[in-house]
Amino acid sequence: MPDRTDLVYLYDGSFAGFLCCVFDSFYRHELPQTIESFSAYQCSLYPARRIETDPAHSERVWRAIETKLGALAADLVQFGFLTCLEQKERLLLDFLKLGFRVGPQAAHMLQNATVSALDHAVRALRNEAHLLSGFLRFTEVNGMLAAVIGPKNSVLPILREHFSDRFACETFMIFDRTHQLALFHQGGYARIVPVESVRIPRPGKDEKEWEALWKRFHDTIAIEGRLNPRCQMTHCPKRYWGYMTEFGAAEAAPFFAGTEPELIPAGAAAAAYRSPRSIRPPQSGDRM
Amino acid sequence: MELTDKLSILSAAAKYDTACTSSGIDRKGNGGLGNAAACGICHSFSADGRCVSLLKVLQSNACIYDCQYCVNRVSNDTRRAAFTPRELAELTIGFYRRNYIEGLFLSSAVAGSPDATCERMLKTLELLRGEYRFGGYIHAKAIPGADSALIERMGLLCDRMSVNIELPSRQSLQLLAPDKSKEAILRPMGQIGRRITENTADLVRYRHAPRFAPAGQSTQMIVGATPESDFQIMRLAEGLYRKYALKRVFYSAYMPVAENALLPSLDTKPPLLREHRLYQADWLLRFYGFSAGELLDEGSPNLNLYVDPKCSWALAHMDHFPIEINTAPYEELLRVPGIGVRSARRILEARRTGRIPVEGAKKIGVVLKRAQYFLTFSGRMVEGLRISPESVLRALMGEKQAGRFEEQTAGQQLSLFDPPPVTREDIFQCLTGQI
Repeated sequence: MPDRTDLVYLYDGSFAGFLCCVFDSFYRHELPQTIESFSAYQCSLYPARRIETDPAHSERVWRAIETKLGALAADLVQFGFLTCLEQKERLLLDFLKLGFRVGPQAAHMLQNATVSALDHAVRALRNEAHLLSGFLRFTEVNGMLAAVIGPKNSVLPILREHFSDRFACETFMIFDRTHQLALFHQGGYARIVPVESVRIPRPGKDEKEWEALWKRFHDTIAIEGRLNPRCQMTHCPKRYWGYMTEFGAAEAAPFFAGTEPELIPAGAAAAAYRSPRSIRPPQSGDRM
Repeated sequence: MELTDKLSILSAAAKYDTACTSSGIDRKGNGGLGNAAACGICHSFSADGRCVSLLKVLQSNACIYDCQYCVNRVSNDTRRAAFTPRELAELTIGFYRRNYIEGLFLSSAVAGSPDATCERMLKTLELLRGEYRFGGYIHAKAIPGADSALIERMGLLCDRMSVNIELPSRQSLQLLAPDKSKEAILRPMGQIGRRITENTADLVRYRHAPRFAPAGQSTQMIVGATPESDFQIMRLAEGLYRKYALKRVFYSAYMPVAENALLPSLDTKPPLLREHRLYQADWLLRFYGFSAGELLDEGSPNLNLYVDPKCSWALAHMDHFPIEINTAPYEELLRVPGIGVRSARRILEARRTGRIPVEGAKKIGVVLKRAQYFLTFSGRMVEGLRISPESVLRALMGEKQAGRFEEQTAGQQLSLFDPPPVTREDIFQCLTGQI
């Protein structure tokens, strides 16, 4: 039995920060009511405890997860953190508590409510990432490829692997509007950076021609005798249409407002993410 | 001619080719442009609900043949065009960079001779793989009648190859496609099949042996243009899977494109539901351990349009059911209507940590709508399961088909030509007799 349960944990929103919450929860014998990031926290009747991120703690927890819970459970935790599940931190904590009790078989206990909810959410995340690896559309701007997506889950880490391999020779950027994150790739290095917003100039004449060609192809390939818009929507839900060229994304997109490519960093957080190995976020006037 | 026009003509000419899959091979990027994912990736869906994965075009649509069912036949008055290899390669790269497509699906009408056609396609592929270092997916059609050396070269450049078997029997082929013979179609298919097998052996010995059509071979046939029964079609497909180790057989509901005494009239609707049932049966052959002989026989040679093939099999074999979810082996679970490969695997996984009650089955993601009539949970059926004709009918057929069924049986308009459908009494008797 935990000693205290009338608590709220606050952390910095990073995965390492969450692992530190796990550390504190075990170390202090506490089971917080909720775990929330500093930015999302409003206020609550329960006393809040700020958990500072300590790399030593997070690494210790991660090592324990990998050795005691196995690779499958470690994947579930890592991907679970990227999902849009409400109260995902608390659910993950429950899962880890179960895991440290029963060992590697925790990931297979699909009948357990916690595991089932987590597994369900992770499948939705993987599914969304898979769909977006096809539905995402790049626009070429001065030799650089730019894309905007609006996913429910934080899919960029999964897309990073896919697109870095596929477009190894390209410089590209993917902006996740929902989570205000941008993925930059250049010369074999890829980096995910928090940004406030990204502005991409209107596509030029050449780009318009490519878009027209693609639209033409997309319209011609449908067989009139088999029209089935319902089937189309089942496979390609309408929430993706707003970002897809063939469904008129270019006209509707409000992000093509500026004339120069422009990046608005998300304050102090952006600076914290920059490390010597990271690629420089593009500056206005750069040939990207 | 403008590129846009060419693209319109040559994609419209290719749209009746069903295959647009980009699956079957995992290939890492080469540091340049492109890779391939074994699961296949759909990039868009067209208004007819079909996936758009590859840039599906013909190199040329100026055909010398006169196949009656084809839009590109020489006697058809339609606009003709051809891509130069350079145009097509640039188009592919331009689309691929913008993530519009997963790769190229290259086919061609027989322009001039089979060899010349093949040469032109090869030039496009060589440009893409060589000059542009394109590592994305390529599906190429082998042209029947082309030299075997050309087919060999093509196989080394693309991921998947296919030869269309076109029609399900020799007689139909003779009647509607007098320029093509069954032998001319099966020869390249055999060659590709043999080379894929050899290549697998080579790869074991030499890791860097050049790969021949690593994503395998597929084919396609038109359904509903000729009088073959579903049984004949499934037997043919089964034979093809066995003999040529095909990855896929595609079925294409015939779209009337020409007025011809030998073909269904122009106002015939394409048999979409029949096509759907054939695909379902095809899946049963490939992933569920069924054989064509189990699903159909001479007595009932066509698939039931009201219930899916597995359900129809289960209703005819109620002595197999109900089975116990906690002990049944994988192969038996797969035979339960409503349980697919994924559900069956998850059941096995969940069984490792405990018995599965009814709620547990729902939690692990098994949909019980149809499966509940065929399963027991620790020896008991789902509690409160009401086996009334109405509910069973709706559960097994789905709302849409059940509605159609009610409509048809209400008026009792029995057709002389349709096989007698399952009646609601049949289903009811099957189930109540057993449970």
